[in-house]
This record gives sequence, structure tokens and C-alpha cells, in this order.
Amino acid sequence: MTQVLEVRDLDTRIDAGAHIVRPLDGVTLDIAAGETFAIVGESGCGKSMTALSIMRLLPESAWIERGAVRQDGRELLALPEYEMREVRGRRIGMIFQEPATSLNPVMTCGAQIIEVLERHRIAAGAAARARALDWLRRVGIPDPEARLDDYPFQLSGGMKQRVMIALALCSEPQLLIADEPTTALDVTIQAQILDLLAELQRANGMAILLITHDLGVVARMAHRVALMYAGEIIEIGTRESFFDRPLHPYAARLFAALPGRAHRGTPLVTIGGMVPALTGPFAGCRFAGRCDVALPHCSEEPPPWHPGPRGAAVHRARCHLLAGGAQAPVPAPVRAPAVPERAPATDPLLEVSGLKVHFPIRRGLFRRVVGHVRAVDGVSFSIGAGRTLALVGESGCGKTTVGKGLLQLIAPSAGAIRFAGRDLAGASRRAVRAARASMQIIFQDPFASLNPRMRVGDIIAEGMASFGLGGDAAGRDARAAALLAQVGLEPAARMRYPHEFSGGQRQRIAIARALAVDPRLIVCDEPTSALDVSVQAQILNLLAELQRSRGVAMLFITHNLAVVEHLADDIAVMYLGRIVESGRADEVLARPRHPYTQALLAAVPRIDAAPAAPADRRLLADPPSPAHPPAGCHFRARCPHARAQCATDYPAAVQVSPSHRVHCILAA
Amino acid sequence: MTAYLIRRLAYAILILIGVNLITFWLFFKVNTPDDIARLQLGAKRVTPDAIAKWKAERGYDKPLVYNAAAQGMARFTDTIYFEKSVAMFMLDFGRADDGRDIWYEIRSRAGPSLAVQVPVFVVGLGLNISLALLLALFRATRFDFATQVFLVAMMSISSLFFIIAGQYVFSKLWHLVPISGYGGGPDAIRFLALPVAIGVFASLGGATRLYRTIFIEEMGRDYVRTARAKGMSELAVLFRHVLKNGMIPILTGVVVVIPGLFIGSLVTESFFGIPGLGSYTIEAIQAQDFGVVRSMVFIGSVLYIIGLIATDISYTLVDPRVRLES
Amino acid sequence: MSFMPVLLWTDLLLFALIGACLVYARHAARHAHLAAPWLRVRASPTGMAAATVLLAFLGIGVLDSLHFRAALEAKPGSAAPPRYAVEVRSVLDLLAEAVLGRMAGKSEKTYSAPLATHGYARENVEKKLADGRVVQVREHPRLVAGGAHLADPARDRAADVALHAGRGVALGFVIWLALALALLAAAAARRGGGLGDAWRAAWQGAGATPWRAILLTLLVLCVAGGLIATLGSRYHLLGTDKVGQDVLYQALKSVRTALVIGTLTTLVMLPLGVLLGIAAGYFGGWIDDLIQYLYTTLNSIPGVLLIAAAVLMMQVTIDANPDWFSTAAERADFRLLALCFILGMMSWTGLCRLMRGETLKLRELEYVQAARAFGVSRLAIIVRHILPNVMHLVIISAVMDFSGMVLTEAVLSYVGVGVDPSMSSFGSMINAARLEMSREPMVWWSLAAAFVFMLSLVLAANLFADTVRDAFDPRLSSAGRRRGRAAGEAA
Repeated sequence: MTQVLEVRDLDTRIDAGAHIVRPLDGVTLDIAAGETFAIVGESGCGKSMTALSIMRLLPESAWIERGAVRQDGRELLALPEYEMREVRGRRIGMIFQEPATSLNPVMTCGAQIIEVLERHRIAAGAAARARALDWLRRVGIPDPEARLDDYPFQLSGGMKQRVMIALALCSEPQLLIADEPTTALDVTIQAQILDLLAELQRANGMAILLITHDLGVVARMAHRVALMYAGEIIEIGTRESFFDRPLHPYAARLFAALPGRAHRGTPLVTIGGMVPALTGPFAGCRFAGRCDVALPHCSEEPPPWHPGPRGAAVHRARCHLLAGGAQAPVPAPVRAPAVPERAPATDPLLEVSGLKVHFPIRRGLFRRVVGHVRAVDGVSFSIGAGRTLALVGESGCGKTTVGKGLLQLIAPSAGAIRFAGRDLAGASRRAVRAARASMQIIFQDPFASLNPRMRVGDIIAEGMASFGLGGDAAGRDARAAALLAQVGLEPAARMRYPHEFSGGQRQRIAIARALAVDPRLIVCDEPTSALDVSVQAQILNLLAELQRSRGVAMLFITHNLAVVEHLADDIAVMYLGRIVESGRADEVLARPRHPYTQALLAAVPRIDAAPAAPADRRLLADPPSPAHPPAGCHFRARCPHARAQCATDYPAAVQVSPSHRVHCILAA
Repeated sequence: MTAYLIRRLAYAILILIGVNLITFWLFFKVNTPDDIARLQLGAKRVTPDAIAKWKAERGYDKPLVYNAAAQGMARFTDTIYFEKSVAMFMLDFGRADDGRDIWYEIRSRAGPSLAVQVPVFVVGLGLNISLALLLALFRATRFDFATQVFLVAMMSISSLFFIIAGQYVFSKLWHLVPISGYGGGPDAIRFLALPVAIGVFASLGGATRLYRTIFIEEMGRDYVRTARAKGMSELAVLFRHVLKNGMIPILTGVVVVIPGLFIGSLVTESFFGIPGLGSYTIEAIQAQDFGVVRSMVFIGSVLYIIGLIATDISYTLVDPRVRLES
Repeated sequence: MSFMPVLLWTDLLLFALIGACLVYARHAARHAHLAAPWLRVRASPTGMAAATVLLAFLGIGVLDSLHFRAALEAKPGSAAPPRYAVEVRSVLDLLAEAVLGRMAGKSEKTYSAPLATHGYARENVEKKLADGRVVQVREHPRLVAGGAHLADPARDRAADVALHAGRGVALGFVIWLALALALLAAAAARRGGGLGDAWRAAWQGAGATPWRAILLTLLVLCVAGGLIATLGSRYHLLGTDKVGQDVLYQALKSVRTALVIGTLTTLVMLPLGVLLGIAAGYFGGWIDDLIQYLYTTLNSIPGVLLIAAAVLMMQVTIDANPDWFSTAAERADFRLLALCFILGMMSWTGLCRLMRGETLKLRELEYVQAARAFGVSRLAIIVRHILPNVMHLVIISAVMDFSGMVLTEAVLSYVGVGVDPSMSSFGSMINAARLEMSREPMVWWSLAAAFVFMLSLVLAANLFADTVRDAFDPRLSSAGRRRGRAAGEAA
């Protein structure tokens, strides 16, 4: 097989002011024609830097210290800049994570594609336009003639990423570098984009360098996988071998940290400690400090490459434990509680019925209300004390608005909220205030959820002071210390400021803040989606542990079905402001009845399942706007099973079992 | 779009009413016409009769807002507020202290003001943008650093010094252009060259630095990385991608001042003896001719509000996101 | 000599402002996150050099703000309470008299060039000839004070100037050496090292504070001070103006005016801009509409015109109420204060808009939402969560506006709506000099003095403001790092 790209001993450096950072240290890899080579790793491991170094598109403060990058036998690092520009976009195409910002907002989609064709003298004028149109069609954009003259903001996120792919591939490069191409997209859209890439690869025979943090995406797409850690590739293997039996302890622990059905009810394996600073050379193995099976010499000698059982060509890793053909021990399963102490379904703590949150749309001379964005349009559910309800749905379905409406952070337009037997909607301010102490919220972004100008202790004590809990200032301080200990942080942390903590630690502080007022219900709004897998495992374990010890009920709002499978007692699936299916977790996950739930579950890339069949083309359609929900079933335009009847009436609830309810005529 | 513009126009009228009330309060309530009369007549001749005569000549002898002595609508119209303030909406500004019609003066003096201000604006904007682009292209080099030091120094020098130094060097020392004055026809260029050049020169500094920041911020955006990944050269990136996006905040930021060019520059015009609205205003301020100052405040606000509306329109012209969504 | 302290309004406010800055500095020093950006300012050589110059100007301004009225000579033996002079003087005046001697104040008749011994204009002078006849001669008269110690100016002046300039430089150097050693000793004592090490480290550019830049700036300032002390007490170092007043003295007196205008304006601007901006952004609805209307309306009136109109009206009020003020200084001070107030009223709109936009962003942030979920009151949210997170922008705009205000004063004085004519200011110096442009030879020294003083003040302020902005908002940093190493060389 010919190599499209050979990277040898690539060292990249960043001048960070106070010190020089080494994001890449001796990276070596080969990519063969027509293969998908995935680089996987947690944030900061250097996977994106690898891509930018290959393209020589590093930020201004970074440079390549040494190494070689050969593309088709040509040394890219020795090329003068003007020749390198012939390589970029012609020999190597690239797509990025954020389709929303990666396209020029004031140029039409067509012009941006044509620019590539003209730049590399592939076509010009009408021919270029025809070619651009052809590419829009090939990447599956409906009505491509009209889209050619659209501006990027007129397209949805998935469509924008398709335009990016067209733009990168229209010059038919030998190699496509895809840097987290689906991370910003919903799971159904992600499945489509991945399918599209695979399809185009089959048609064009190009190689793909896929960069991602998502092991599920790797399992679905890659032929070969490289695992990066702290600026270094520590394991390379074929997909089958890598997922079958990872060699490096880090890889094994990452797999065990993935939430999912397999670990339901048991804590996840976590990796202690933090990625070491990349400011100096390493004496030994970079992972040694966090490795629970490290040998004494691991932190003194850098580990050489050792082959796996089927030979170095198939699979190899850098680990002393593999010396002499030995196998690294798999992580010991975490002490599992004897019986999963799930709270039984009891009287509901929270009952929501017909909750609506509508935002008025004002138009015209007198700003009259001409319509409403129905962000939440009649949602009903209940949560039992000590149980976890997962509210699942894709972005824009209104799930976050439900959480904010519950806490009265956004005033609901209609509906009843009963909390512990008391009616909240329309209740007096004092009653709402009292209920607030019993309902708390944890947010997604650990960097935006803590005030950077307040000490951690004051942040935790703020709620107590507001509700008059915890006695005087000294009492509150003592309680803050106890809470910090409970979430696994030093009590001394309360004298420090948020910026001194990592993302995972901040999320622990946010949990301590919510717990400070002894809530009976916590709304968790995507609490782990900004975190790396190993940190996510820690937070999920912590939440499960707190729920067991304190009996807190949780409304877990997420788009991540793996997390749902791991911890939910009950599930409610939202689509366009309404719940389309709800029931006990085992019922919904094992026997989903709504086509949307089925599509969602099918779209999740998994490491333990064979690549799924390509998604149904009908799912391609964009979700409708909540300002103008279609008549009848909201999902019918994307539904593979839609019938005439679906277009007229919104489907009534069908009770599949006493706890399982679906809004779909198919279930009747 | 139409509805939006009508709303903006209604808001503009509301603002003009606010301006009107502020000026009325400032000119007639903070100090009564009696105080002003005393000031203008000087200490010697201040007898009650003289004050009454002075007020009657200028129509300041009426009640401020409500005339109890009059009948019907005249109770409101036969007042200082109506005659001096409301009338401005009908472009009736009355007469200056020297007896000339203010509106006539304004119309005839707008030309010379524009003759200075338009070239200063156009050349200055072009120069600022070009320099900012150049700095963005060579950012963080010695050229960038040296130019930035120069620009900070420029910002730190009062425009008065530029004018004085310019007049001294080009007119007194080298006799290249007349020191001041204004003439029509081809002669105008001789008179205008220096004020325009100094105006452009003095405009360097703050604006260039702001535009440079805008361009450099644009250069850090994702779409620029995409353009580089396409194989575009740095110049093509700058001109085809960065310039277009950077021009949106720049253009919409300067549109608001365009109508204000009519008013001219107070300092430049009085130094160079250009008979524009700027020198008219400064003379009125120095002669304490309140009628003229009041009129200029009103005209200035009207022009600013026209600028605001023009800004809204220009947004829709240059930014497809605004154009196609509303 | 007994005296009666006089506290003018601007003195009071200036001291209050300095006090507030000191309190803030103490507070910031105790909180790492507040001190961090200031430590970045401290690390910048340009910023610290600029700060040194600004501190020197501030020192002049503070000395000029300690006002008093001297006691008049009481009749011996009279038991009457002491009477005080009508003239309000400042410590700077005393100091100037002590250092400049006869040069301070109005000592000549009219213009004279820097370091001159004779007047600028010819005058009719009676001259006694050798034979005893008295004739009228038209010539440049000897100055009363400038160079009066010279017996034969034509012969001795050059040597005398050189001698005293040399002495001035030497004096400045000695003062600088003492100051530098004292500063470094203090720094070394705090860190616990030797003076010799500190001296070496300072010149090698090591350590957290850029001592080299500070000390070099200080050297320039000290030499200038030494020259003023030696040459300035014998000649009019920067000449005299139309009424024979020493231009150097006038420039020194103008410093306080510029400082007051640059700083006190913010006293009006900051509270208005911050409070209204945050209120508009946080509460929204009709409050937002009202505040937006207010600032759009104010903005729509051309600034200079509105200021001019307001100043004219204020002038009428002052003239109409002469009994409000017991001294001329109080009247001039009131006018200065009113000017600051008017300038502040005109310039809060920009800050208000900035605050409104920032608050709109912060309001949606999750920590504010979390506080709302705790039922924290809106006032507490604003004080605890919004205000501390916009403070860096407030500090940036306060330092950025300073230089703008100083420049505006010059234009306003030119237009005729600036400070009281009896008060020294850069604007009135430029304005007076402009009228003499056409004279031959040109009277350039007033203009040059105003230019040098203003440029050093405003340039220092601008450089300091740049440093502060970069330190508080690194995103806007003007000095991006760039490694221009081509990848090809490395391969």
C-alpha cells in the first residue's frame, strides 16, 4: 500500500510567554491511500496540533522544531510557503469542528467553493459554478441550485458542515484532515456526516485523517487508530485489534470510563490525577503518574514501542508492562455495590403538567406579537423522590428551557408545577423562594458557572446566606468546608478562586454549591458535556454517590444517550418542545416505540457494536422551527414510517405499559 | 424593512423633541432672558427699560411656555417655547443678533464646510484603512511596532499644534499656500489643500489603531483558517476575506458621522478663515449669540439622527445576515 | 508666618479621588485576582516609565492643590484677629518662589525669549551718554529679573548659561542617584536582598519590576528639575509671555488644571455610565428604553456645541451671582468644577453603552442564573456578580479617557469656553501664543512649552492607558507574540 502521508518525529513548540510548551513530541505516523486513520485522545493531548502542523497552519506563537512530513514523497516542511499553498486545499483538504464559524459569513456558499476551484486552477467561470453545484449535490444538500447562492447563516449546522466538506473535497485531495468534524453537531446529524464521509471515501479513494475525542466515532469510522497522550502517540493499531484488546493501560482505563449500558448501576473506572504539564522533557512514561499498575522504572525510562500479540504492524504501544510479550493488566472493576440501591418508584416529588414556555415574536410597526417560538409546548412528567429522570433530545428541542422554567429562571407561559405537594406556577414569590431552596441546578459550562471574582467558599455560601441556612458566617464556612470534602476537594479550596481549578474540579464546586441548600431535586443541565471522558466518569460517579447518600432526585438534561443509559431510572425523549416518548429506562432503551427514539439510539456511535447501517435519508431533513411547528406529528417530515394520518393530527398518547407512553400512531 | 424604517423615524422625532427640550431648558430656564440681557448689555446700561427693550427686540418678552393673557391656541403659541423652540422643527430659526436670517446663513455656509470636510473624511478613511491593513499584514513586526509608537504619539498631540505647525511651515516659511482664506473656483484648491492635509494627518492615530484591532481580530477567526487551508495566499486572505468582514463594523461606524460633515470643524475653519458653519458657530459662541448656538445645536442633532438612520440602512446593505433576515 | 488653609472644591475632590485610589490599591493588593492585572502593568517597562512621568505630574498637581491664604502683617500690639490676604496661593507657588526666586510670577513687562537677558520688543529707553546727556534710544531693554546678575550679558551670558546648565545636570544627577538608591534599597529590603544585588539586577533588567526603565525616566526628570533649579532661578528658562509672566511657571501651574479636568470628569462620568448602563442591561424593559433614549438624545447633540452652550449658560449664572464667591480663585475654581461636571455629563454615554452590552452578556451567564436560582436579590446580584466583572472595563475606560479630556480642554479654551481666563491652562497658553503667530521673529516659546508639557503628559497617559488595557483585557493586546521561524529552516 502506498503511503499518502508520512510523519516522522514531529516536534512542535508554543511560546506561551512564561515558558515554552511542547504540544507535540516525536509524533510519527503513516497514512495509506484510501484508509481512515484516526487520532484519538482527550483535550490538550496534541491531536489538533498534529493536524495544524501537517498543514503548516500553526498559530503565530507556535513553530515546528524538527521532524519530517512527507506527502506523496514530498517533504512538506522544506517547501517554501508559496509551494505549500499549492498543497493546502489541493493535495490535503481540511474540515474543522465549528461549521458555524468556519465559513466566511459574508460570502455565498457557492463563492467559497468556487474560490477553491479557481485558486487551484481546476475550473473557472461557469465550469466552476457547475462543479460547485455538482459537489453540493454529492454532499447531499437538498435543492443545491438555490443553496449555491445562499449565505452560510441561512443553512443549518449539518448543512454548513456539508458545504465545508464540499469545499474541502471539490479539488479531490488525496488526504482529508477532519478535525472533530461532528463534535458540534447533534447525534443524528453526526451519523449522517460520518456516513457521508465514508461514502465519499469509497467513491474517491482518498485517505482521511480523522481527529476526535469520541471513541464511538473512531469505532465507527477508522481503519487504524492512534491514541495520543500528552503530546505523544502511545498506541497505534487496527480498529479491530485496538477495540478488541487495548494494549496501553491508559487505553484500557479510557474504555472502562465510558458510560453506557454495560456499567449501569456500578461506578465507572476513573483515572486519578491530571495530565502532566508539557513544559519540559519527560524522563519516563508520561502516564506513569496516573497509572495504577506502574512499575518502579516507569517514571525513569521512556517506554519503547512493544508489539501486541499479532505483531507490531497490527498493533503496538509504548508501555514497559508489555516488555517480552506480556500483557498489561486490565483495570480492576470498581467495587460494585451489592444491590443497586435505586429508589423505588414512590409518590412523585415533582409533577409537571402541560408546561409551556413561549417566547413572543414581535414584528411590524407597532411590534405586535405575530407568533410564538414554542420552545416548550405542553410538557408533562413527574420525578419520584431519589430517582433520576433523563430528559433527552437534540439541541433546540427545548430541554434546557424546561429546566429553567422549573426553577422559574424563565417564566413559564402555562402549566402546573407541583413540588412536594405544593403548586408552584402562579404561587406567591415567597412560596417560589421557599421551593428554590429545594430545587437546584448544575450547569453545563464549568467555566461560566462560577463567578471568577468570588472565592470558592463565598460561592458555596451564597445560597446558604440567601436562604438563611447554616447559621452565621462561621457556620456557613464550616459547612462549605464539609461540602468541599464531600465532593472530593480539599476544604482549603474555599480560600481560592475558580480560575485555579480544572474543569472537572469546577464542576465539583458547582455541585457543592447546589448541595449547600439541601435540595431535594437537582436539575443537571448537561453537566458533563464539556468534560473529557475520564473526568466525566468522575462527575457521574460523584452524582450517583450523592444520590445514594442523600436521596436527591435528579432531572438529568442531556443529549448524550450513553450517559442516559448509565444512570437514568426514567427517560423522557423531547422533540420540538414536546415529549414524544417516556417510560422506565429499561423499557425505552430496550424497546423504543417512537421512530425518533429509535433513530436517536441507532445514531449513537458505540465501541462495542458493529458500525450501524447508514441512517435513513429522510432523517436528512432539518428539524422544523419551533416558531412554525408543522401540523400533525412534528416528526413526520423526517419519519421513515410517516402516513397520511400523521399530517393532520398530533398523535395522542399511547400507553404501551403502565409506565411507558408514546405519542405515535404506530404504537397504537 | 419599511416598518422598521418608520419605527426608526418615529424614534428620531422623539429624540429631536428631547434635544429641543434640553436646549430650551438650557437657554431659557437655567438663566432667564433677563440674565442674558444684562450680560449682553454690559454693566453700564442696565436699566429695566433697556432690558425690556432688548427682550422685545428679540421676542424674549413673552411667557416661557404658557401665555395666560392670550386666547385660545395663542396661549401656547404666543410663547417663547413655541416661537423659539417649536418653530425650529419648521426650519424657522429666526434672526441672529446682527439681524441676518440664520437659516439663510446656514445654507450658504454649508458649502465651504463640506469642501473641507468631505475630502478630509474620504482621504482620511482610505488612509486609515490602508494603513490598518498594512499593520495587520505585518502585525507584531518591527514595522508594526514603530508605526504603533508613531500613532500613539500622533494621538497625544493636540490638533491645534498640527494646525499651527502646518500654517507656520507651509505658509509662513515656504509660502506654498495662503495662510488662510477661502475662494471659489479653481482657487479653492490653494486654500483647501492645507486644511485638508492637516485634517487627514490629525485623523491618523486612534482610528488606525481601532481598525488594526478589528482586522487582527478578524484574522483570528475560524473562516480565515479555512481560507488558509484552501491554499489562499496571505494577501488574498486579507483582501478577499478579512477586509470584507472587517469593513462591516468600520463602515457602519463611520456612516453616522457623514451627515455631520455639514457642520464642519470648529477649529480648522476658524484657524483657516473658511466661511463655513464651523466658523459661524465659533463666532456665535464668542459673541454669545444664543440664537445661532441654539440653531446649530438643533441642526447638529438632526444631522446626527439622519446619520443613525443611515447607519441602520448601511447595515442592511453590507451585511447579508441583516439584509436577508429582516 | 500664619496662614489660613483654603480647601477649594476641586482640591477636595482631587484628594478624595486620590484617597479612593489608595483604598482601592490596598484592597487590590490583598486579593490576588485583583492584583494580577496590576502586576502585569508593573512588569511593563513602557507602562512603568509612563507611570513615573504621570506621578511626577501628579506631584506637581498635588502641591498646587494645597491652597492657603497668607496672614497679613498685623499691627504690632493689636489684639484684632489676624487678617488674611485675598490672594489664594498654593504650596507650589511657595516652592516656585523658593526655587525660581525672582523669576516666578510676573517679573517682566512683556515677551522675552528663553534664557534671554533682554526683552523681545524694542522700547524707548532713556540713556545717559558719557557726556551726561540723556537721549531716547530705541533698543531691547534689559530684563528686570532674567539674567540680571550678569554685568555684561553680551560677554558673559553663554559661559554663565553653560556653567549653570552643567551645575543643573550635576545637581539633577546627584538627586537622581540618591533617589535611585533609596528606591532600590526599599525594594531590596522588601525582598530581603542586598543593595548591590538590587542595583545590578535593576540594570540587567532582571526581576519583576522594570527598574531600568523607571530609573532612566527618573534620570530625565531629575536632570530637568536640576536645570530648573539652577538655570531657572537666573533666567526665564522658557521665556516670558505677553504680560511678562514666566512661561515655565505658567506651564507648571497648567499641570493642575489638566489633571483636574482629566480626573474629576471621571467622577461624574463613571457613576452615571456604570449605574445607568448596568441598570439598562440588567433590568431591560422600559428602564432600558428610557436609558437608551436618554443617551441617544445626549449623544445626538454635537459635543463641543453642547459643552459650549452649557459653559455659556454657566458663565451667565456666575456673572449673575457674584456674591457666591469670596475670592477670584473660588470663582475660577467653580468654573473649573462646572467644566468638569459638564464634560462628565457629555461623556458618560459611551461608557453607558459599553456597560449595557456587557451586562446583557453577563446576565445570561450561568453563575448569575445560579444566583437567581438561590433567590439572591437583584441588587445583590448586581453588586456581587455583575459589578466586579465589569470593573476591568471601567478602569480601562477611566485611564483611556484621561488623555482625551486633557486634549479637549485645549480645544475648549481655544473656542473660548474653557477654564477661567485667570487660571493657567495649556489651552489658554496655546490660544495666547496663536495670536502672536504673525510676529516677526516668531514668539514660539509659549507654544513650545505648552507642546512639550502637554505631549509628555498626554503621551505618558496614553502609554499607561495602553498598558493598563493590555493587562486587564489580554484579548485586545496590541503586542501579539509572533514566532517568525519558517518551518523549512527547522527541517
